[in-house]
Amino acid sequence: MTGPQTDPGQTQEPGRRLAGLSSVLIVGILAFLVVVFTILNGTAFLNFGNFVNIAVDASVLLLLGVGMTFVIITAGIDLSVGSVLVLSGVVGGQVMVALSGTSEQVQNYQFPNQAIGIPAGIAAGLLTGLVFGLFNGLLITRLKMQPFIVTLGTLGIGLGLAQILTGGTNVRFVPTAIQSQIGTREFFGFLPVPVVISLVVAVIAGVVLAKCGFGRYTYAIGSNAEAARRVGIDVDRHLLKVYALSGLLAGLAGLLDLSRFNTTSIGAHTADNLASISAVVIGGTSLFGGIGTMIGTVVGTFIPAVLRNGFIIQGVQAFWQEVAVGVVLILAVFIDQRRRSAEERM
Amino acid sequence: MNVQSPEKNGSDGRAVLSARGVSKSFGAVEALKNVDFAVRSGEVVALIGDNGAGKSTFINAITGVFAPDAGEITFEGEPVRFGSPHDARERGIETVYQDLAVAPQLDAVGNIFLGRERYRPGFLGWLGFLDQPRMRQETEEQLSELNVRIRDLGKPLSTFSGGQRQGVAVARAVMWASKVVIMDEPTAALGVAQVEMVLDLIRRVRETGIPVVFISHNMPHVFDVADRICVLRLGEMVTELDPKKNTTDDAVAAMTGAVRTRRGGAR
Ligand SMILES: Nc1ncnc2c1ncn2[C@@H]1O[C@H](COP(=O)(O)OP(=O)(O)O)[C@@H](O)[C@H]1O
Ligand SMILES: [Mg+2]
Repeated sequence: MTGPQTDPGQTQEPGRRLAGLSSVLIVGILAFLVVVFTILNGTAFLNFGNFVNIAVDASVLLLLGVGMTFVIITAGIDLSVGSVLVLSGVVGGQVMVALSGTSEQVQNYQFPNQAIGIPAGIAAGLLTGLVFGLFNGLLITRLKMQPFIVTLGTLGIGLGLAQILTGGTNVRFVPTAIQSQIGTREFFGFLPVPVVISLVVAVIAGVVLAKCGFGRYTYAIGSNAEAARRVGIDVDRHLLKVYALSGLLAGLAGLLDLSRFNTTSIGAHTADNLASISAVVIGGTSLFGGIGTMIGTVVGTFIPAVLRNGFIIQGVQAFWQEVAVGVVLILAVFIDQRRRSAEERM
Repeated sequence: MNVQSPEKNGSDGRAVLSARGVSKSFGAVEALKNVDFAVRSGEVVALIGDNGAGKSTFINAITGVFAPDAGEITFEGEPVRFGSPHDARERGIETVYQDLAVAPQLDAVGNIFLGRERYRPGFLGWLGFLDQPRMRQETEEQLSELNVRIRDLGKPLSTFSGGQRQGVAVARAVMWASKVVIMDEPTAALGVAQVEMVLDLIRRVRETGIPVVFISHNMPHVFDVADRICVLRLGEMVTELDPKKNTTDDAVAAMTGAVRTRRGGAR
C-alpha cells in the first residue's frame, strides 16, 4: 500500500530483475549450447533423430525433476529419489518375472501370464515409490525431522533393500514386452513412449503448479510456512502429499528405466538425486523455497543432456560434461543467492 | 487523573472479545501476568507498552497462535478456546501479526486470498483450478471500497518495501474481518502518507461497528485514533487511559513505570 501518490521510484527492485534474468539466462544457455554444438558438429548434432535421443536420455531424469521441483519449492529436498527409482524398478521387475510364468518359462523368455504380470509389476513399482514418498513425508512432518536427513536415510534404506532383494545382481528375464511396448516403442514411428510419458507428466504437473490450489499452497509453504499455517492451510498434510508425489514419480521413473533396458540398473542411479536437484536449481527453482517453475526444470534437465550428447558427438571425454554441469549449477545457485539477499535488503 | 480499573472493562457486558486472567510464561519469563482486557463494538482500543511488555504475546494468546497458560477468553458472550489463528479467523477475528505472516513470494492477491482461494466454476474448479481473474477483481473492488492502494497487485511481495508489505497485511485483515480487527504495530514501517491511510482505515472500520485493537509504540498515532488506551508493563495490565483526558506524558509514564506526581500523572 502506498500513499495517495504511489512511488514509482521504489518499484525497480534488484530481486525481480535478477529473477527475470535467471529464467532468460537458462533458456539462453540451452540455446547457446545448441548453436555451439551445431557449429561444431553440423547435422551430426542438429537432426531430429539426435534430439529424440537426447529427449529419451533425459526422460527418466525429468520425471525425478518434476517431483523434485515441488519438493524444493516447499524449501525441502529429496535425496532418496535415485534409490527409490532403483528399488521400484527391482520390485516391479521381480513381480513381473514372478507372475509372468514359471521360472522355467521365463528363463526361456516365455511369458504366458505377462498380461497379469506386467500390470501387476507396474502397480507394485508405483506402490513402492508411493510408499517411500509417504514414509519420507511422515518422518518429516510427524517427527519434525530435516528433509535432508530423512531422505538421506531412506536413500540408504531403498538402495539397501534393492540389493537385498536381488542379491546385488540386476533382475533378469523381465518380460521383453515392456521394452517393445513401452521402452523402445515410438508413437507414429518417431515419438518415443518414454519421452511422451515424461513430457505429459511434466506438462500436467506444470499446470497444477501454476494454476491450481495445490501449486499455490506449495509456493505459500515454501515462502512462509508459518503464514500458511495461520491462514488454515494444513501444512503437514500438503508436505506429505508433495513427498508422496516425489516418491511416486521416482517409482514411475524406475519403471521407465526398467522398460528401456529390460533390466534394472542398480548401480547406475547413485547420482540421480544430485542430477535432478541440479536440473531443478539450474532451472531457476530456489533452494530457499517459494520460487520455481516447471518449464525451468525441463530446460534445466535438458542442459546436461545436451552437453553430454554434444560432447559425445564431438569426441570430447564425457567427463567434461560433469565439469560443465557443475559450473552451470554453481552459477545458478549464485544467482539464487543474489536474488535472495536482494530481497532481504528490502 | 482519570484512570479506570482494568477489571471494570473486562466484565463489560457488551464486550465483543474479552480476556480474563490471561497468563503466559516462556520458561522463566513471565510474559503475561493475569491480564484482563475487553473490546466493545464500535471502539478503537489501543494497547501500548514498552518493548517486551507482552503485547504481541497477548495477541498471540487470544488469537490462538498458542494457548495461554491460564485465563479465559470470551467471544460474543461465550467462552472460546481458539486452537489456531484459523479458528479465530473463521469467527471473524482478523489479525495483522507483528511479523505480518505474509508469503513474500506470492503477490498481493495471492496473499489476500491465501487459504480462501476462489476456484473456477464447474469441472475445472473441481480439478482444483484457481479463479485468478475473480480473486484479482474482488481484491480490486474491496481495496477501492476501502480506499487502499497497493502498488502492484501482480508482483510478489518480496519486491515490496516493508511498509508496502504491511499495507497488504492490513488490507487483508480489514477486508475479511467481520467481528474484530487486531493490528500489532501496523504502522511501524510506514511512511507518513501510509500511516495516515492506516489510521483512516481504522476509523472507517470503527464506523462499521467493528472494533479495532491497535497496538503501537507511537503516541501521536495512538492518541489520534484510540477511544481507550490500555497499558501493559512487564506483562501486567497496569492502567487504562482516556486519550481525551490524559496526555502522551501520562502514557509514557505508565509504560515505563515512572512515578508522576505533578498534574495528574499516571501512578
Ligand atoms: N516465543 C517466545 N519464546 C520465549 N520468550 C518469548 C517468546 N515470545 C515472547 N517472549 C518474551 O516475552 C516477553 C514479551 O514479548 P512480546 O510479547 O513480544 O513483547 P512486545 O510485543 O510487547 O514487545 C519478552 O520478554 C519476550 O522476550
Ligand atoms: Mg510486539
